[in-house]
Amino acid sequence: MNRRGSDVATGTAPGPDLAGVIHTAAGDSVAQPSHGEGMGPDREVVWLSGAAARLGGQTIWSDVSLTVRPGQFVAILGPNGVGKSTLLKAILGLVPITAGQARVLGAKPKVRNAAIGYLPQRRAFDPGVRIRGVDIIRLGWDGDRWGVPLPTLPWAHRSRAARQRVREVIALVGAQSYAHRPVGQCSGGEQQRLLIAQALVRRPELLLLDEPLDSLDVTSQASVSALIQSVCRCEGVAVMLVAHDINPILPYLDQVIFLAGHGAVMGPPEQIITAETLTMLYGTPIDVLRDHAGRLVVVGHQDLPFQQLPRPRHEP
Amino acid sequence: MTAGLNWNLVDVIRQLLSFHFMVNALRAGTIVAVVAGAIGYLMVLRRQSFAGHTLAVIGFPGAAGATWLGLDAAFGYFGFCVAGALIISALPGVDRRNAGLGGFSEESAAIGTVQAFALACGFLFVGLYHGFLNGLNNLLFGTIIGITDQQVLVLLIAGTGCLVALVALGRPLLFSTIDPDVARARGVPTRLVSTAFLVLLGIAAGGTSQITGSLLVFALLVAPAAAATRLTAQPAVGLALSIALAVLITWMGETFAFFSPYPIGFWVTTLGFAIFLLATAYRGITDRAGRHPTIPSPPQRALSESTTR
Repeated sequence: MNRRGSDVATGTAPGPDLAGVIHTAAGDSVAQPSHGEGMGPDREVVWLSGAAARLGGQTIWSDVSLTVRPGQFVAILGPNGVGKSTLLKAILGLVPITAGQARVLGAKPKVRNAAIGYLPQRRAFDPGVRIRGVDIIRLGWDGDRWGVPLPTLPWAHRSRAARQRVREVIALVGAQSYAHRPVGQCSGGEQQRLLIAQALVRRPELLLLDEPLDSLDVTSQASVSALIQSVCRCEGVAVMLVAHDINPILPYLDQVIFLAGHGAVMGPPEQIITAETLTMLYGTPIDVLRDHAGRLVVVGHQDLPFQQLPRPRHEP
Repeated sequence: MTAGLNWNLVDVIRQLLSFHFMVNALRAGTIVAVVAGAIGYLMVLRRQSFAGHTLAVIGFPGAAGATWLGLDAAFGYFGFCVAGALIISALPGVDRRNAGLGGFSEESAAIGTVQAFALACGFLFVGLYHGFLNGLNNLLFGTIIGITDQQVLVLLIAGTGCLVALVALGRPLLFSTIDPDVARARGVPTRLVSTAFLVLLGIAAGGTSQITGSLLVFALLVAPAAAATRLTAQPAVGLALSIALAVLITWMGETFAFFSPYPIGFWVTTLGFAIFLLATAYRGITDRAGRHPTIPSPPQRALSESTTR
């Protein structure tokens, strides 16, 4: 479970050369790592080059270049209001990319959304919501199809396949004991597992999770992090996860994206999660400690307003 | 009419069906109940009860105005309710019900203002009409007398169209109700679905108004649906149950109204309220029986979290 290193199940492990790559806004074709076997932008799960996003007439971020490969577990970090959620929405094509280039699963954003599982940032379901967890997962399977499922013969095999897959993901996230309860009566951690199951039900190639650990207690944070990691390894799904508190997921990460207003820094956690880098990026003193098991722990004031941030320096 | 209400169901039904106005009332009531039960179930899930109530109230000036101009009241109901639905769906923030903390109260305030203005217009039209005073009561509180064959036909066409559209919206409607953000990411046109549903709600409210009156629409639109959501958490079962309860309430209400001096609006509303109370009591008892512990204490919750791994 506490994997740290190289045993990526999909066989498309980040090459050793990637360890040194930090994508910056240096300009053209910077995000093309010199990887051997023909890794073009269309082979990557997510490929952004000099991308910018605007929302309500305001530029949220610009000059963002990053690359996410199949099966990678990537965390997106950054101060409040820097546009971490907007980055996920831009990958989904819900927020237009106004500059630069973007390829998601080999196509323009939004084209292949059916192969993306998305967990938006949210508060919990209201206790009065009287819909079962299985119904919510089932909506992830065919909720975008018009009409209602017909129980007649020609479609019977299709709805059998749907029920089978829903059972599979419920077992995968370990939700058997509460999946048939109204979702409003499930605890925060249980709801989060059900929603992860919903995001997984269509066998996505990419999972976009917006603060999935928010408002969970410490035990649930650990178990949900471990679940996401095991999904990433066992199903070969690339995971991009927006996080506020990096500590629960730190042992599992392949790459870290640090988003700032102008540009993004991407690299393996050992390189980004250092006292010097974080202090520079957040503009406030931050310590990175090692606990008795050798795991990294980040300590500091992470939530400085965006305006107080210095522009991150880009060194080509 | 001589025997009155008794426990011989065959005799009761024979008495009811011996009057053409009562046959029409039962036909219209059944159509309206099926539509209201189905649309109402989704309205309760979407938490748009307030919008639904407003649409029903908007129907009142429509009907009063149509009567004043010498038109069929049905056109006034449907016309104003559908127009009201389009206006409400154009208000900002309507399809972002669950999305954020802001917006909801603003929307309620705007809808509430529209509602008050609609009632005032209705009274003006009734005043301009100088008609018989009973007309006002019928518009607001419903009647089973005087439903014409043509009115039944109009209700049947509107109701069928409404149900076909509801089935066609189907899963995307439920998806954007439960999880609008994910539905949008999956390509469901949530704004369009939301507008379409409000129009359907307008048709359902306009149709129901013609039986229960504008103010008591909720007896059929909300009470059966609210009871159904308390009895089951399965969408398909809940929808069927909501329709069944609405039809049951309507038939019983019309029967009692026929045999008693009290109006249908009173009976249907009272029966709906009774069913809602029973369902709420059932929910409370089953929840307390410990089958669904609602609020686990923190240590228990942490334990159950870790054991599910």
